[in-house]
This record gives sequence, C-alpha cells and structure tokens, in this order.
Amino acid sequence: MKKNIPLVITFLTGLVIVVTFFTPHQPMGSMQQRLLIWYSIVLGFTMLLGIDSLLRSNLKKIAGRQPGWIYAAALVAGFLITMAAGLYTWIGTKSLLTLGSSFMFIYTYVIVPLQATMFALLAFFIASAAYRAFRARSMEATLLLITAAVVMLGRVPVGAELWDKLPVMQDWIMEVPQMAAKRGIFIGIALGTVAMSLRVILGLERTYLS
Amino acid sequence: MKFFEKISNIDRRIIYLMLGLVVIIPIVFKMVLPVRISEPVQSAYDYIQNLPQGSNVIISIDYDASSEPEIQPMYLSLLRQCFAQKHKIILMGQWALGLPFGEIGLNTITSEVNSRSGSNADSLFYGRDFVNLGYRPGYRAMMVGLGREFRDFFATDYRGVPVDSLPLMANVHNYNDIALLIGLEAGQAGDEWIQFAGARYGLKIVIGATGVIAPDMFHYLQAKQIQGLVGGLQGAAEYETLVKSPGTGIAGMVAQSWAHLLLLGFILLGNLGYFATKRRRDK
Repeated sequence: MKKNIPLVITFLTGLVIVVTFFTPHQPMGSMQQRLLIWYSIVLGFTMLLGIDSLLRSNLKKIAGRQPGWIYAAALVAGFLITMAAGLYTWIGTKSLLTLGSSFMFIYTYVIVPLQATMFALLAFFIASAAYRAFRARSMEATLLLITAAVVMLGRVPVGAELWDKLPVMQDWIMEVPQMAAKRGIFIGIALGTVAMSLRVILGLERTYLS
Repeated sequence: MKFFEKISNIDRRIIYLMLGLVVIIPIVFKMVLPVRISEPVQSAYDYIQNLPQGSNVIISIDYDASSEPEIQPMYLSLLRQCFAQKHKIILMGQWALGLPFGEIGLNTITSEVNSRSGSNADSLFYGRDFVNLGYRPGYRAMMVGLGREFRDFFATDYRGVPVDSLPLMANVHNYNDIALLIGLEAGQAGDEWIQFAGARYGLKIVIGATGVIAPDMFHYLQAKQIQGLVGGLQGAAEYETLVKSPGTGIAGMVAQSWAHLLLLGFILLGNLGYFATKRRRDK
C-alpha cells in the first residue's frame, strides 16, 4: 500500500496532465487549468518545507557547536532579519517592492552586492584558469583555442576594429558549428526527458519513492 | 630560457591585478568604442518598433543580481522603446529575487518619461500604461495556465490590488490579448516560455539573455520560434545604441573588450612559454 498508492497517483496524474496538455477542449481544458493551479499552490507550500529544512539543519549545527556553526548563525540571523524587514515592509506598504523600504534597503545594499561579488569573482578565476588550461597540446585543443579566440574577439567592439571580418567569422561559428552541436545535445536531452517521464509515469522508475 | 618558464607560469595575482585594471580604467575614464548592430538584435528592435501602437507587451524578469549588469541595461532600453511606441507593459517575474530589478527599472523609466511629458496623455500611469503582476511559484504551470486565463494565476497585482480594477488588464485574459512577450533570461525560463507559451499558444517572443544563455537560443531564432535575440552585454550595448540612450551596456563593452584582449594576450604568452620549454625538454 505504501508504495502502490503513490504509484497509482503518479500514473493517473501523469496521464491526465499529458492528455489535457494535448487536448485543450472541454472538459480537458478546465481540468488542466485546475491541475495547474493546484501545482502552483503545492509548489508555494514546498517553499515552507525548504525553509523548515534549512532552519532545522542550521539550528542543529548551532546547538551542537559543530564546525562552521558561526556561518550557520550568520545564515539564521540573515534569514530572521530579512524576514522581519519583509514583514514590516509588507504590513506598512502592502508590497515588498516599495522603493526606499527596509526590505528594499537590505535587497539593494546586502543581497545585490553579495550576489554580484560572487559572480564577478568568477571573471578572475576564469581568466587565471583559461591562461593555465588553454594550451595547444593537441589538434583538438588548438582548434578549441582558435575558435575561442575568434568568438572572444568577434563578440566585442574591439574585434571589429582590429579586423572587420572577425564579427562575421564569429557569427558563422555561432550559427553553424555551435548550433549543430547544441541541436544534437538538445535532441538527446529531449529524448532522455521523454523516456524518463514515461518510466516515472509507468512506475518503472521508483527512486523518487525512497 | 628562464624567461619562457616565467611566462608559462605567471603568478595568478598579476593576472587578477591586470584584469582588475583593464576593467576599471575604461569605466572610470568613460572610454567608448563603436558598436556594430547584429542581425538578431536588429530583428528584436524592428519587431517591437513595428507592433501597432498601444500593443500589450509582457516583460518577464527571469534574472537576479548576478546577471543584472548584463540584463538590466537591455531591460531599460527595451522599456524606453516600448514606452516611446506607447505599448502597454505587463511586468512579471519567474525569479523572485529579480523582481525588485523590474520595479526599479519601471520606476526609473516612467519617472524619466513623466519628467519630460507635458500632459496627462503623455505621462505614464500605473494601471493604465503599465502594471506589475509580481511572482507566482511554479512558472511552468503558470506559463501554460496563462494561455487560458490570467486571473487564475494573477487575481491581484504585486500590491494585492485586484487586476480587474486596473484599466490595462480589463481586456487582458489570455495570450490572444498579448502582442509580444519579452523574456529577460539568466536560466531555464526562456526555453520554457518558448516551449509552453510560444509553441502551444503561438505567442510571439523576443529573448534578452546573458552571454552564457544566448548561444542556447540561436536554434530558436533560426527556426523563427523567437522574433529576436539580445545576447549578453554586447546585445545590451547594441540595444542602447539603437534606442540612442547610452548607458552601462556601452560603457561595459569597452571594459569587456580590453579584458578579452588581455586574456588572449595571457593565453598567447602561456602558449609561447609552453612551446619554448617543451622544445627544450624534447632536446
């Protein structure tokens, strides 16, 4: 029972979703819309589960003074302060996005700089890694190196200043070889997704139950 | 030979320092380079330009702070063009942490337009000329569901105001009432707009994406599943050029140009050192 009921629910839901997606007529259309609204509501509640799990694991770390507990404390403090600012803003203005509010202050001066810094650091690591890794050790590596050089220069204004054919070559690389490879990858992913979905709907794939 | 060994193993701190300098100097000195307009960006611009005045346009904010330097300049340029064409903007977002950027952008451009306008008709008003519907969890379901009825997912706007009380939304029920969707993408949501809203409901779509995501959009562009593509900071700079409003996109491209040149210079040096030391070892 513990396994069969979830399998039956998965089978029926998967079947109904597929049928209603391709048959938008009554009563399928309304049935699909209802299921989509349910999905959206259920997903909203999964956020609460995520918060519960995040707080539980970090509070446990703090209580047990486990290694790195100070970071867990910073996370919990950040969560509580942001939530308090969010509630205060929402009660006062009926919107979290009110410019100049305490929530937007935290967003603009804490969240944005932190996220931007994390991402900006990548540029430095990529530069250092590219310098060390991009060596013409083989035919394939040389081809990759030349292609990368053409795309890097062709994508920026200085490339056209150096040689006006560089942007044209860059366009060709992006539109022909790059796209051919990407199409192959995407077709593979799509077929894999269909196969995996069918396995889940038919109950052949059961790892999600454990 | 010591020279070649040195250039094949430059200290990473020197690379970091030089990269920092070539990014900061062009921005501080406001250097400018001419921007070439590519075909995908021109197509996006032309499509929006040729829509009938007053068309309903959805803008989906699907990015956050990590991609803001690339996407925000194109968002501001797109807003400028849409408002200049008197299009009506329906804003929403699939990334909760990106929505404030949507609000900041709307506030910036509407204030800019309103400070120049001489009459109520030329001014932009919330609810009449633009609305912000906000964020709903489960964007795949929402994308399909909006094809039937907006109110099933957005009964209220981001402030909790019922959408039926907003004049702009009075005649907007599903994708048949939308002339174009502009997806500003830093992740998967762009593919899903195209697959669910574009393929199933025939919604016309223009994508603005980060430099990393843009290559994944080229096959949609070639198959004419999207009407145009604004890719990366270069795309943002091109759009700023088209709407004649230079901003951080154009400024950033000079920094990016010099950073690319520097990186290629380092790669060249590394290879020179590698081959010189390799020849020595082989002997």
